[in-house]
Amino acid sequence: MTLLSIQDLSLSIGDVDILHGVSFDIAPGQIAAVTGESGSGKSLTALTVMDLLPRGTRTTGRVMFEGTDLRALDDAAMCKLRGNDIAMIFQEPMTALNPVQTVGDQVAEAILIHTDQTRAQAQARTRAMMDRVGLDSIALDRYPHELSGGQRQRVCIAMAIALRPKLLIADEPTTALDVTTQATILDLLKDLVAEFQMGLLMITHDLAVVADFADTIAVMEQGRVVESGPTGVVLRDQTHPYTRSLLAASAHQVDLPDAPDPAALLVVDGVTRTYRKPRMGLAKPGVVRAVDDVSFTLGRGERLGLVGESGCGKSTLTRAILGLDAVQAGTITLDGRSVFDGGLPVRRRMQVVFQDPYGSFNPRHRVNRLISEPFHLLDHPPTGADRDAAIARALSDVGLSPDDAGKFIHEFSGGQRQRLAIARALIVEPDLIVFDEAVSALDVSVRAQVLDLIADLCRKRPLSYLFISHDLSVVRTVTDRVLVMRAGRIVEQGATADVFHAPQHPYTQDLLAAAPVLPDYVFQEGPP
Amino acid sequence: MKAGFYIGAVLSALVLGLAVLSFVWTPFDTLQLDVANKLKAPNATHILGTDHFGRDILSMVMMGARTSLAVALVAVGIGMGLGIPLGLWAAATQGSWLDEIIMRGNDLIFAFPSLVIAILITAVFGASAVNAIIAIGIFNIPVFARLSRGAALSLWRRDFILAARVAGKGRARISAEHILPNIANLMIVQGTIQFSLGILAEAALSYIGLGAQPPTASWGRMLADAQTLVSIAPHTALVPGLTIVITVLGLNLLGDGLRDWLDPRLRVDRS
Amino acid sequence: MIAFALRRFGSLIVSLIVASFVIFAVIEVIPGDPASFMLGVNARPDTLAALQAELGLDQPLPVRYLSWVGGMVTGDFGTSYTYKTPVAGMVADRIWVSLPLALYALILSTVIAFPAGIYAASRRGGVGDTAVMGATQLGVAIPNFWFAMILVLIFAIKLRWFSAGGFVGWDKGVFAGLWSLTLPAIALALPQAAILARVMRSSLLDMLGEDFMRTARAKGLTRRRALWKHAVRNALIPVLTILGLQFSFLLAGGIVIEQVFFLPGLGRLIFQSISARDLIVVESVVMLLVFLVIVVNFIVDLTYAWVDPRLRRRA
Repeated sequence: MTLLSIQDLSLSIGDVDILHGVSFDIAPGQIAAVTGESGSGKSLTALTVMDLLPRGTRTTGRVMFEGTDLRALDDAAMCKLRGNDIAMIFQEPMTALNPVQTVGDQVAEAILIHTDQTRAQAQARTRAMMDRVGLDSIALDRYPHELSGGQRQRVCIAMAIALRPKLLIADEPTTALDVTTQATILDLLKDLVAEFQMGLLMITHDLAVVADFADTIAVMEQGRVVESGPTGVVLRDQTHPYTRSLLAASAHQVDLPDAPDPAALLVVDGVTRTYRKPRMGLAKPGVVRAVDDVSFTLGRGERLGLVGESGCGKSTLTRAILGLDAVQAGTITLDGRSVFDGGLPVRRRMQVVFQDPYGSFNPRHRVNRLISEPFHLLDHPPTGADRDAAIARALSDVGLSPDDAGKFIHEFSGGQRQRLAIARALIVEPDLIVFDEAVSALDVSVRAQVLDLIADLCRKRPLSYLFISHDLSVVRTVTDRVLVMRAGRIVEQGATADVFHAPQHPYTQDLLAAAPVLPDYVFQEGPP
Repeated sequence: MKAGFYIGAVLSALVLGLAVLSFVWTPFDTLQLDVANKLKAPNATHILGTDHFGRDILSMVMMGARTSLAVALVAVGIGMGLGIPLGLWAAATQGSWLDEIIMRGNDLIFAFPSLVIAILITAVFGASAVNAIIAIGIFNIPVFARLSRGAALSLWRRDFILAARVAGKGRARISAEHILPNIANLMIVQGTIQFSLGILAEAALSYIGLGAQPPTASWGRMLADAQTLVSIAPHTALVPGLTIVITVLGLNLLGDGLRDWLDPRLRVDRS
Repeated sequence: MIAFALRRFGSLIVSLIVASFVIFAVIEVIPGDPASFMLGVNARPDTLAALQAELGLDQPLPVRYLSWVGGMVTGDFGTSYTYKTPVAGMVADRIWVSLPLALYALILSTVIAFPAGIYAASRRGGVGDTAVMGATQLGVAIPNFWFAMILVLIFAIKLRWFSAGGFVGWDKGVFAGLWSLTLPAIALALPQAAILARVMRSSLLDMLGEDFMRTARAKGLTRRRALWKHAVRNALIPVLTILGLQFSFLLAGGIVIEQVFFLPGLGRLIFQSISARDLIVVESVVMLLVFLVIVVNFIVDLTYAWVDPRLRRRA
């Protein structure tokens, strides 16, 4: 018996066709994953079921829920279903809740609008649901801004399951969360599915999350379901080439050249950076130790990883290393010279690649001006033909065409922008590059290409870098040595292979245990 | 919305054209009194009629356009010229005592509506068009300072600014090279809004006698003169009033159109 | 919450002190000798000396400043040179015209603008929205004093529903008093209502695009209910800022409108004093106006904290 059956669903916005004949089914108590890269139409598929599509979308096909075609229902009828029989949780827990209403009221509202319970009954039910999702320590009169991201996502889940819906739709529910939080939320969802026998439609870009979570899987590419079936079968057989390439890219390994015997290049010694907490009342504001007595050395030619969850202090440390923000204690030196008062001679030896391919470039400048900006660091920057040649060389180095120099940034894709960011970092031939979550915003296939580019650059020249990421699988493949950071401190460091095989610190062990991985059978043998 | 932009552009151009034309030609001399022909309703000779001194109202409106546009333009110039650098400076040194002083100073000016500033100035220096300019200009400073600071702060958090800092550029240079060009659209749009508000403010100041003094023609004073005559010669009040409405409406439509077109919300890429 | 209010109160006091410095400097320091300014160039020396003594100009500046501020705090606004009566008494008569007028206009403006803005936002892009936006576009462009003249022409001169000017006084009853303030209040309120409605609409539209609105819809709220229950309160946050600014515009705008309707308010007092060069009155009335504006913005700040829980804990 199917709970939800999407049949031949097509969707267009304006003149653009987004979905082409999408079909799949979900049974009660079943977890169905829809996966694909950005732009594949997976989120719009979910919103179609909820009938919460943006204005100006047209759909054809059928969305059968317990024998009724949801597309034929008017909004009043859909409102009776939403939050009652079909519920949904979203990707961004930080903004999904109304900031001016208590979390208790927001959960209770879902109960009050669908039932004729009294306020007191709804409150009691809300309390029970909050306890069920693991928020027993959170009072109902708390406001969203007082809760962490993981807690807020639990509130969203409590709100969604308050009336025991038959179908729950989860759109990238853990993408914005840390891996350890992600693991607990996934466990919670799995328990709830089993307990309530509800169907769960899970939208995710992360195949590793899906692998040991979903019962069935549908792989989408550019608005089409290219492959679907039981998870094990799809992942093992990989009948469709797109599925195969997606899986390969997810677990992409790069081939780094051997690191030379390192002499110390960057030395971070006893660095501490504190921030004043926002003032609470008239009391003296407290202090957060964002970076707490951190020391490490990065050798010349070494590829060093830095992993940690959000708020662990890695961004603060990065900014200190780049000499952008002062520290309260400790020293950071590059080749013996302090990054804070060394001036341009030190600064020109370090460059950075940021996470957001969209925010890293001034939208009003052309590529030649964008990537040559670090020339400002040089005493005698190249001019005229020399400058053009340097720009052309930097572009070719990262696999772009010298003709791209005259373009604006909006003419490039996300992956190309990260290549440009690398070109900008390389153009002054720095001794050290800091990759700050540099591949985290990219789709897996693009990420694989950018990682290949980094490995390729390492083969061409001795490249030393600090690779900061929350993504363990990426750090594992592009670094020689790794630091694990938690709450401002380095809790473990060592050769990457050793740390990943035999983590010593309990936190590292938790981190590795929580990180979703593709099961071994995916890679055992190539498909026939 | 596109239609609004064109209507606004045409109306604004019309008023600007009248003001420019008044330098070389007006239908009648506005300094020449012709009491025999006073308070004539619109007719073939005087298209928009005459006022209580028999002066041609169309000519007065044209001369008044000059005053209004000049006062509003200079006032916006003062507001932008001082407000934007202050806002950029405050944003570049966010959280410092300098930022604090600039922002508190802004709050303070907001407590002095431009009319109150004009009253203070007039009480001590006497009334003139320059008063109006200073009063409206001072009030414009915090408007631009706040707006540019807010927009600049969101830019300072962007990675491309960090990249420029990594490239060794200082705060002033980053503000000029990266921040200013990215908030320019927003400032232009706000400029048209403040410009139209300036025209309204100038009219109000002149109406109560704190702005332009005779013989300088001014829409606000034309209305003040018309006040007691409104029941016997309504056109003396209707014409200058409608001129103000048309000018302000035109500028506002132009500003809205520019906003849609230039997209000032800094959603510049991410298309 | 109390700590937040106390901190805001602190900055209120600082603003008042700085504002009083500015006003004192403009009125009493910049003209050089206020007494000779007030009397003009042809004053007789003994009159001048008498006024100088009366104003305490022989005292050093800090003493004069402190005695002025001290007087204001204790309700002594000085003595008008022209009328030879205490300024406090003159102000007391007139503030009961100006303040009710500004509040009346503020209420009218809010009552008109909120429903109009919410209606337009909920009918976004539809006929109703276009009509409301067109009307506000026009409302923003109309000078309030001209609008007042047109209102007088239609409702006082042609229809004779209201008197063309003057104020009957509160002793004729609250209704009669309000009735004679109605045309001025409408003239003040409508252009401001147009601005407020536009802000309300665009603030609501911003909210409609927020994630939490989608959550509300996913919960099963109808579009209308989600708008009222979730968007409106959030949209109020920027609207409150405008409301605070509007009060100062209404208070100042009232000065202009009082001229149209010959209302015996603070505006008339100021103009009479300016033409009589009575700096004492100008100084005190301007300080009073600025005081009112600062206090209203203080109240707006407190309201913020009531609307937005995120502000209750942080500055």
